[in-house]
Amino acid sequence: MNNVLRYLFFLLVVRPVVLIVLGLNIRRGQLLPQNGPAIIVANHNSHLDAIVLITLFGMRRLHQVHPVAAADYFLKNPRIAWFSTKIIGILPLERNVAGMRTDPLAGICEGLERNEILILFPEGSRGEPEQMAKLQNGIAHIAKRRPDVPIVPVFLHGLGKALPRGEGILVPFFVDIFVGEQVTWTGNRDEFVASLQTRFEELSQECYRPEWD
Amino acid sequence: MSESLMEWLSGWTRFEHLTTEVIITLSGIALALVIASILVRVQQRLQPDRDHTELRLRVRTWWVIAWMFGLAVVLSPMLSAIFLAFVSFLALKEYFSLIPTRRADRRVLFWAYLAIPVQYYLAYIAWYGMFLVFIPVYMFLFLPARVISIGETKGYLRAVSTLNWGLMTMVFSLSHMVALLTLKIPETALVTPDWPDPDNQIAPGVALLVLLVLLTQFNDVAQYIWGKSFGRMRAAPTVSPGKTVAGLLGGIGSTVVLAVLLGPWLTILNWQTAALGGALIAVSGFVGDLSISALKRDLGVKDSGSMLPGHGGILDRVDSLTYTTPIFFHFLYYCYG
Repeated sequence: MNNVLRYLFFLLVVRPVVLIVLGLNIRRGQLLPQNGPAIIVANHNSHLDAIVLITLFGMRRLHQVHPVAAADYFLKNPRIAWFSTKIIGILPLERNVAGMRTDPLAGICEGLERNEILILFPEGSRGEPEQMAKLQNGIAHIAKRRPDVPIVPVFLHGLGKALPRGEGILVPFFVDIFVGEQVTWTGNRDEFVASLQTRFEELSQECYRPEWD
Repeated sequence: MSESLMEWLSGWTRFEHLTTEVIITLSGIALALVIASILVRVQQRLQPDRDHTELRLRVRTWWVIAWMFGLAVVLSPMLSAIFLAFVSFLALKEYFSLIPTRRADRRVLFWAYLAIPVQYYLAYIAWYGMFLVFIPVYMFLFLPARVISIGETKGYLRAVSTLNWGLMTMVFSLSHMVALLTLKIPETALVTPDWPDPDNQIAPGVALLVLLVLLTQFNDVAQYIWGKSFGRMRAAPTVSPGKTVAGLLGGIGSTVVLAVLLGPWLTILNWQTAALGGALIAVSGFVGDLSISALKRDLGVKDSGSMLPGHGGILDRVDSLTYTTPIFFHFLYYCYG
């Protein structure tokens, strides 16, 4: 039942809004992974980021694609929790790992075992719109455990203007989606995070971004 | 059911707004595109080592534009109005995505978008007085008021200027296409309309809209071809180095000839008003093209977007129309309104 609702929500609400109200300009879409297991890493500016990224995989692969999202934020309120997990299809992740006894990345690893395409925001939070923060180390831990899984960086621009943090009104803007070459585990955590950061900087420089302050 | 809806259902769906000449013209456009597609194929055969992707994409996109415009015009005037309002929306969205904006003005942009349905509705119901003042007076004063209420004064002048220019160019100017569509000819018109079909004197606008769009796009292509073939002296070297004097003059000549050939047969224009209208479209189309070129040059971008493969963005396609539409409309309104 929930799967049907999710399908209908994406077909009847999300896709029309994304295609008509926003409009996507996708560069190198052919670099996106065709099948799971795979990880998409993207910069994070808006709640719409995950939703727009899910639509890139079409309706046929919808059941395979899940964004990883903060459990402390999205599971707080039962209604938002139901909507996030059942309709958007998030995979909850515990961000505060200090003193945790269980493996915080277990959920992600299980998802990859199920051949899912996971969407991750290594900045950790949306932060200031259209400004990139330092990447967290979590992605490196996953890359180390599953070096066989492709990690594809995607740079997004425009959604932070369309619906930034703390705003309730969606204002139409075209969205740029620049897909980069996949990154591979380098054997060293800091090196890996640094190479991912460089990849994002290259993608962001390729993108024309008018002043917005 | 309301009376106007009944009228709409019984009237327009019987294609009463279409004349044979409009159908023939639209078929002619389709034929021209078929020839263009064949020529591209032939060229690809003759020069297989050269890359023809750009040209092929360009022709393919022309097909999509022609289909959408053709269908919107043929099915009903209301559908034409909705389609053209959507084109305005895409143009304004592309413009707002391209220019520097202030974070504080997000909600003001939202109000600017809301002006589109209102403006196109006014054009559609032919409330001429309100159609003319809604954006240049009411939105012109309201948007700065909304900006002031936010209280951010740094960059105020630039914010309200760019906002109003965008609304005037992408919405007000282009909405004259719908005003053209719903144009009514009074008894007191300065020039007597020369009806192509004496039995069908209800809707002169459809043919006029087709003529405007056809002449504007034809002028673009003609200026390009004349410029490529004979151009040496540059017409606007700092704005658009590709534009030449020969291209401009050749374009004006070709467009006037096509206007005289097509105008009196297709629309209510006689050959004199058709010639003058064609010349106005050719000159203003040239300026409109340059105005978007200047905008892109100022921002340092090559294409305004990537919506139309082979052309660039929406602004790259409607650039000439932002000038030709209001100029052609007001010329006609002076003669026949």
